[in-house]
Amino acid sequence: MSATTAAAAPTREEIVEWVTHSTNEVFSTMLGMEAQFGEQFVEDPGKGLTMGVIGIIGLVGEWTGTAVVSCSSPLACKIANTLFMQEYPSVTDEVLDAVAEMTNMIIGNLKNSLETKLGQMGLSIPAVVFGRNFATRRSGKESWYVIQFVVDGERFDVQLCIAPSQAGVLTGTGIPRIMTLA
Amino acid sequence: MALDVLIVDDSAAIRKILQRVLRQTEMPIGNIYEAGDGIEALAMLEKETVGLILSDINMPNMDGLEMLGKIKSMDAYKAVPVIMITTEGNQNKVMEAVSLGAAGYVRKPFTTEQIKEKLTGLV
Repeated sequence: MSATTAAAAPTREEIVEWVTHSTNEVFSTMLGMEAQFGEQFVEDPGKGLTMGVIGIIGLVGEWTGTAVVSCSSPLACKIANTLFMQEYPSVTDEVLDAVAEMTNMIIGNLKNSLETKLGQMGLSIPAVVFGRNFATRRSGKESWYVIQFVVDGERFDVQLCIAPSQAGVLTGTGIPRIMTLA
Repeated sequence: MALDVLIVDDSAAIRKILQRVLRQTEMPIGNIYEAGDGIEALAMLEKETVGLILSDINMPNMDGLEMLGKIKSMDAYKAVPVIMITTEGNQNKVMEAVSLGAAGYVRKPFTTEQIKEKLTGLV
């Protein structure tokens, strides 16, 4: 039996627990803010987010996937204000850098937990999208875990899609991807 | 005498945060230089002399471990403390950093106090 098939998929409860722990740790340690758990659910692929500030990062290893962190632009500005101790009344490149780093830290710590079950993984360089009335589409056939938090009265979501590499890489049918359309 | 510092991280946000943290310490910090990866850092060290290096591990082009090995093979930088600051939880990589001569390790996310504490014992 190959290493890929030997690795047991983490349960939904484990993923929710790891995402919650990582998100809470990053918010409390870096920002002194509380990320209150809201709700969690599983979504089918298809239509994705349409507005806000979105951080996207890929996970690659024996299992592969995509993680998406999203929030409103006011919350993105609050995060940058606290992280850099500087006022950002609107979304600037520095605000987007702040969201990219939050994405990197939250998913980087989640990766450490995932590795206990799924073997060593690497992270891609995070990308950030900002705007309104855009369309995103989650391709592939895998479901997405959506874990929602409330930070300072605003929604902060973490979404994760993960699958064994072989399913996607070898058959070309299951790689979780996210595409942004203008 | 003021201490010149090099921050190596591919994240502009982390470089900015570390600049702020360094300025908040009571240490006499002089110039703070920045590099986005190991290659940029080595090029910077050819031009400038620093007394402390803070570096990420996972970076494109040249990662922090390869950079650390090269820095520690340079006579001028053998004794300069290098602190690794990273989300990397892989113990093998942490052990490798220590065996290559890293003076310390701080995991992201970090508090200002954790960075200050790590620096106080070193410089």
